[in-house]
Amino acid sequence: MASTPRTSPEVGGMGHSVKRKEDPRFLRGKGNYVDDIQLPGMLHMDIVRSPYAHAKILKIDSSAALKVPGVLAVITGQTLEQYKLHWMPTLMSDTQMVLPTEKVMYQAQEVAAVIATDRYAAADGAAAVEVDYDPLPVVVDPFKALEPGAPVLRTDKPGKTDNRIFHWEVGDRAATDKALAASDVVVEQKIYLPRIHVASIETCGIVADFDRIRGKLTVYMTTQAPHAIRTVIALVAGHVGLSEEKIRVVSPDIGGGFGGKVPVYPGYVIAIAASVVIGKPVKWVEDRMENLQADSFARDYHITAALGAKKDGTMTGLRIKTIADHGYADAAANPSKFPAGLFSICTGSYKMPVAFAEVDGVYTNKPPGGIAYRCSFRVTEAVHAIERMTDMLAQELKMDPAQLRMKNFIPENEFPYKSVLGWEYDSGNYPAALKKAMDIVGYDALRKEQAEKRKKGELMGIGISSFTEIVGAGPSKQFDILGIKMFDSCELRVHPTGKATARFGTKSQGQGHETTYAQIIAEELGIPAAHVEVEEGDTDTAPYGLGTYASRSTPTAGAAGAIAARKVRDKAKKIAAYVLEVSEDDLVWEVGKFSVKGAPQKSKTIQDIAFAAYTNHPQGMEAGLEAVDYYDPPNLTFPFGSYICVVDIDRGTGEVKVRRFVAVDDCGNIINPMIVDGQIHGGLSMGLAPALYEEITYDEDGNVHGGSFMDYLVPTAMETPKWETDKTITPSPHHPFGAKGVGESATVGAPPAIANAVVDALAHLGVKHIDIPITPEKVWKILKEKGAAE
Amino acid sequence: MARHTIEINVNGAPSKGEVESRLLLVHFLRENLRLTGTHIGCDTTHCGACTVLLDGVPVKSCTVLAVQADGRAVDTVEGLEKDGKLHPVQEGFFQEHGLQCGYCTPGMMMTSCALLSTNGSPTEADVRRAISGNLCRCTGYVNIVKAVLHAAASAREQKAAKAS
Repeated sequence: MASTPRTSPEVGGMGHSVKRKEDPRFLRGKGNYVDDIQLPGMLHMDIVRSPYAHAKILKIDSSAALKVPGVLAVITGQTLEQYKLHWMPTLMSDTQMVLPTEKVMYQAQEVAAVIATDRYAAADGAAAVEVDYDPLPVVVDPFKALEPGAPVLRTDKPGKTDNRIFHWEVGDRAATDKALAASDVVVEQKIYLPRIHVASIETCGIVADFDRIRGKLTVYMTTQAPHAIRTVIALVAGHVGLSEEKIRVVSPDIGGGFGGKVPVYPGYVIAIAASVVIGKPVKWVEDRMENLQADSFARDYHITAALGAKKDGTMTGLRIKTIADHGYADAAANPSKFPAGLFSICTGSYKMPVAFAEVDGVYTNKPPGGIAYRCSFRVTEAVHAIERMTDMLAQELKMDPAQLRMKNFIPENEFPYKSVLGWEYDSGNYPAALKKAMDIVGYDALRKEQAEKRKKGELMGIGISSFTEIVGAGPSKQFDILGIKMFDSCELRVHPTGKATARFGTKSQGQGHETTYAQIIAEELGIPAAHVEVEEGDTDTAPYGLGTYASRSTPTAGAAGAIAARKVRDKAKKIAAYVLEVSEDDLVWEVGKFSVKGAPQKSKTIQDIAFAAYTNHPQGMEAGLEAVDYYDPPNLTFPFGSYICVVDIDRGTGEVKVRRFVAVDDCGNIINPMIVDGQIHGGLSMGLAPALYEEITYDEDGNVHGGSFMDYLVPTAMETPKWETDKTITPSPHHPFGAKGVGESATVGAPPAIANAVVDALAHLGVKHIDIPITPEKVWKILKEKGAAE
Repeated sequence: MARHTIEINVNGAPSKGEVESRLLLVHFLRENLRLTGTHIGCDTTHCGACTVLLDGVPVKSCTVLAVQADGRAVDTVEGLEKDGKLHPVQEGFFQEHGLQCGYCTPGMMMTSCALLSTNGSPTEADVRRAISGNLCRCTGYVNIVKAVLHAAASAREQKAAKAS
């Protein structure tokens, strides 16, 4: 469903499924990704990594490596220490090593880097570096890490006596305890959301190119936030002479991001340091094992939740306690004031009278992180908790889970709705989305089928998730990263012939900004989207912005595009009035032109006006037709949806087969329906992945399992069902064109729908909860225990 | 390390090279010939981003040595477009929004070409099975499947038009 477009298909404004402007180059193999960049004299870097999860470094012997033909240098922590570059800040104002000088803190940590004339020589050199280690006690369990007497991991921090990173809490603890004590029924559950990895098909990489003559550093890098990276480089390396106006960060085509390309990884910093010292371009592209084993992970939340209700199902209170395993450094990419991200969206789509949530961040001997996996800062964790608990409550009360949701939804007439944990939900119509999903899937018939199958001993389940997202960070009074407010920007130039160039502070990684941003400008000005050139990702040309993650591009930069276009239109009106010799008040705007009220034949198109702006503008007015907007959103946006999953379970193998999955999303007004559906398909697949397949685990010595695609199971076309999508449209009341953002809703909403479906299939056997990923092994063990295995 | 003179027919034209025994085919294509449309996504033959056709058969070029392709024919994404006209598979991916970040796309398209060369009327299940060695993180495969079916239909139409 989509509202009727206001513009013609030729103009291609909002609501048109305009074919993507970025596709012609990708289809011909002419994309330009970081590893495609080859500069004259470019050197290659490879990294030596630790086999131990926790060990003292006794000695690094580079002599054999330096004898390898083509190897030019071996860089260690001692090398970087001379320049005070061996440590760096994380985006959460914690610190992490670039290269160690004393000890390693996780398996696969960077220990040294080899610079050589080609990538094979660099790899040979890395294999020839000899490192002596003295293993130290390893802490992998975050609960044990908090016990008294646990080895203190961050001995680099003066006065640190434990492994706690932060304690964060929100809500009213006493009132929540009281409400739960007074409830007719309380369900309690431990829920673990395991450590997973975004695994974008392109790994991370950089080409750092320092020009000694001009003193200018150009960095081509897989980053979702090029402007922020430029500032971080200036702050971290200012003391060695890198000054922000002499740093250019280019984010070329990016092969998927999903949050994994927000942080600054040590490899980037080492490559930059090497280029500055050697004066030649240096390329580093990690391989897949490095990517999975050392880059920032997501999730790793150990949740204990309690949800109370009256006998009739009315929810009475929610309490959530969480231990967050951050690895050896808090390298999440949350807004500064939110160490647990936006986890306080955990009251979900329901009218919750009272709630309390707390999160303790913990250090362990694992890679640093806590980033999102296609989600807006810990929202997936929150949604999984509330949607699983809601199903548990339904099971306890013997109520239908759809009916229980309908009973507790925030009513449509209560928006904007202030949640008990402090958010103002902008708009919503939750019953409409759930009703639509139930109609499409044929809910009542499925329940009948399930009852019949149960009689025959067949296992079939139906799972619902009615999620509320919170995206578009964010309003500057609350949201910043390292102090930089989370606005975003657009600079729009309309050229004399009526064509336009629009530059943005964000950076597409597949979302299709070159198309959708052009459609926003087309909608506002009537200039065909085909004639709006969108540029992003080059800090020398694009206006400053905080980048693309957390579904923030449309809510922030997209809004800036619309406002910049409206500023252009305001000026265009003055020029039109001058050219038509009427007062501005006598003009009316229709798509693409101003005409005189009552005399529609007297009009000037935006193209006429653009030409006049450079050839015949009023005296006293500046020439040209351009505008800049830095958009500071007044609130976040709250996309939502209802998903229904139907699963069949093989009693012989424990395998879960997703038979159908219906996703009804509401992301407000839609720019490009084709692209929105594509975003939802992808998001659903990245919801399926952790629900059934993906997990990174560690043994007691801190050895990683799941560190290659042999063991880390990214779903293929065989496991992925044919997603069924539909929409409801509830515009955001505060966004300039009523949009909300959509890139991550499905990743957030899908996992509990799948988990709820599996538990539903097994509920009659007394199963109440299964942690994701729900592998055949886990299910088979349950079936065996319950005597239901075939 | 031993060096070898090899000659590979790449996209219909002979390409000579002096290569080390261990040079991977994907590096020969990307770095020696600067055909960077073939991408690298893993090191274990799982992701399929580096898929090319070797004598018409799809292979993961990250686990084929350049010397193994000596005297043989290799087709890459750069060879799909003919006379300024997109290949039906390219057109299918464009029309059906079968790509987002574009990174898996060349490998996905080469695998699809191989499928269509042996099965002109694949079912959805045939397509899913054929591309199961190519990972995509963006699209959820739904539109890729549509794209390949679109390509199959238009290839059949083109064939019928030629025959009549």
